[in-house]
Amino acid sequence: MSSLEIKNLHVSTGDKEIVKGVTLTINTGEIHAIMGPNGTGKSTMAKAIAGHPDYTITQGDVLIDGKSILEKESDERAREGIFLAFQYPSEIPGVSIANFLRAALQARMAEGEEIDASAYYKRLYQKMDLLKIDRKFTSRSVNEGFSGGEKKRSEILQMAMLEPKFALMDETDSGLDIDALKIVSEGVNSLRGPNLGVLLITHYQRLLSYIVPDHVHVMIDGRIVKTGDKSLALELESRGYDWVKNELQPA
Amino acid sequence: MSDITDTLETSTENPVSGIDQSSGNFKYDMTYDFDAGTGLNARTVDYISSVKKEAPWIRDFRQSALKVFESKPLPTHWATKDLENINFDKIRYYLSQGQKPKRTWDEVPEDIKRTFERLGIPEQERKFLAGVEAQFDSEAAYSNIKEAVAKQGVIFMNSTEGLREHPEIFRKFFGKVIPTSDNKFSALNSAVFSGGSFIYVPPGVKVSHPLQAYFRINAENFGQFERTLIICDEGSELTYMEGCTAPKFSTATLHSAVVELVALKGAKIQYITVQNWSSNVFNLVTKRGLAHEESEIKWIDCNIGSRLTMKYPGVVLKGRKARGEVISIALANDGQHQDTGAKMVHAADETTSTVVSKSISVGQGRATYRGVVHIPRHLKGCKNNTECDALLINTNSRTDTYPSITVRGDKHAVQHEASVSKVSADQIFYMQQRGLTEGQAMSLSVNGFVNDLARQFPMEYSVELKRLIDLEMEGSVG
Repeated sequence: MSSLEIKNLHVSTGDKEIVKGVTLTINTGEIHAIMGPNGTGKSTMAKAIAGHPDYTITQGDVLIDGKSILEKESDERAREGIFLAFQYPSEIPGVSIANFLRAALQARMAEGEEIDASAYYKRLYQKMDLLKIDRKFTSRSVNEGFSGGEKKRSEILQMAMLEPKFALMDETDSGLDIDALKIVSEGVNSLRGPNLGVLLITHYQRLLSYIVPDHVHVMIDGRIVKTGDKSLALELESRGYDWVKNELQPA
Repeated sequence: MSDITDTLETSTENPVSGIDQSSGNFKYDMTYDFDAGTGLNARTVDYISSVKKEAPWIRDFRQSALKVFESKPLPTHWATKDLENINFDKIRYYLSQGQKPKRTWDEVPEDIKRTFERLGIPEQERKFLAGVEAQFDSEAAYSNIKEAVAKQGVIFMNSTEGLREHPEIFRKFFGKVIPTSDNKFSALNSAVFSGGSFIYVPPGVKVSHPLQAYFRINAENFGQFERTLIICDEGSELTYMEGCTAPKFSTATLHSAVVELVALKGAKIQYITVQNWSSNVFNLVTKRGLAHEESEIKWIDCNIGSRLTMKYPGVVLKGRKARGEVISIALANDGQHQDTGAKMVHAADETTSTVVSKSISVGQGRATYRGVVHIPRHLKGCKNNTECDALLINTNSRTDTYPSITVRGDKHAVQHEASVSKVSADQIFYMQQRGLTEGQAMSLSVNGFVNDLARQFPMEYSVELKRLIDLEMEGSVG
């Protein structure tokens, strides 16, 4: 079992502090959901953990199995097992999904080792079948001209192929209609298992009826203010974020 | 003098051929039997001509070219002032080991074979070696016409040999597509040319294997002035590939080639160049084809490296329904200037030309596109399609586009598209988040950008191009 520990994490962009001290531990095998209104720092936290250059960690630490990853470049963090499923994935014109994933897997191999092409394609097609993705998909340029649903599916396929220890899924449900949401959720559920820990960032409870979390955290104004099990998500759905905010008001 | 300055044992990075392919950073000391010394005057030209045992008309041709070269100013009124840094007095214009072109691989001297290995010709390209004409310094050190090609009546040899053995064909076309006075550097080449290929394909012959040549510069301060002439007779077809790697030198080196193509009625010529000059080379090349009726000339040109490259492959569309195409990829890294483009001169009805140019500027690298499309008033039914795309990697890069399209008359169709895009920080982060290093991410972006063009290349050349881009991009990350 591996663990991703987030300790008293503070994150700024420019002069503005967005994440104001988050502590949270995710073990492999667990799914944690972070819910909260827009602009409370959920996505910022995920990007900072992944090493986005626009975000500065001013305080606190992030550790994988007890070792800090903050000194590492974003690509090293990725190779150590951090995967960020982007809310808005970038397009890479002219680079097919198949070639992109191959390059990403090649980057994980020791110097002098070459990826076995036929084994690679076999595995790629298996994962695509599992995720019900058409094989023609692999020859398209990464995210170029993709619909919202296709972009999210491409993210899930990449996650399936790269087999991270920890997946940070940033608003994976945004922009999806109900059918696409189901497909993406089925994908995540099929990857769920003892070797994967998931941090699911979402604004709506809707996603959590398809991907049932073990733990639910509510984030408001850069802090986790409430933690519970899946029932917390349902309660939020019926009572709204104001309920939590009101609870926070000093009596 | 026969010491190997950089030993072979240094590395074996290439898993395919077991040799180091890292950008040609090596050189050998060689003993030269003939050396014209430094500087250029009438005596230098005479020396070259007599060493080569040339006919009087060639000597006269060289001498009059020298006068043209001396009288023409550098084209700095439109081109970069960097040209003024070429010191013509410090260049060696002719060096030769005095070898005759070899017929078989076994006859090739060991030291030349070693250099070949250092050149890193991948295994899949070695199978083409039988058809290779490779130039070491001024003379071809290895020349072997693939038997099947010779059986078809194809003449493929060093241009020095071609002049000697086939003056009747050579003289008829030589200097006709690119006259001596075309520009200062074509004049220079005409005065001191040496090496290069001569190919004649008889009517109706379709050469199934691409013919290849390797050129490199292998002596300090040594300029290379190869001269290539390719004639495809009526209805014939040929693909010619030229690859370049050059050792790195501390002082600037001049490369100034002239390549003339003639496609007679219904012939098809495809000329492919993938070159990687070291970053001190001035690469000033004139390339032009003459396309007769219903013929087709296609230039595929990849320019990587060099200090300054100025090259605008052109096609003169002389016969009705002739087609011309230029596909060019230029990568300008820090301190490099790629000034490339295309020239399409429509001189007959219903002629078609296509230009697709992609440039990549990295760091302080500068890419310039210059295109000329000329369609005169008296013609009808001419078409041109020009597309130039530039990719900028980091904000210091510079790219310029100078298209000059002259279309007279109203019975033509001309289309021009240009785009500039950037590799964004978000894009790099996205790729890094998947585990690619910054260098790998940039390399993948660049390869993606040129992918649709690279796909048109023969397999081994697109592999070579990808490898060169990877090396170039890895090196550009701090």
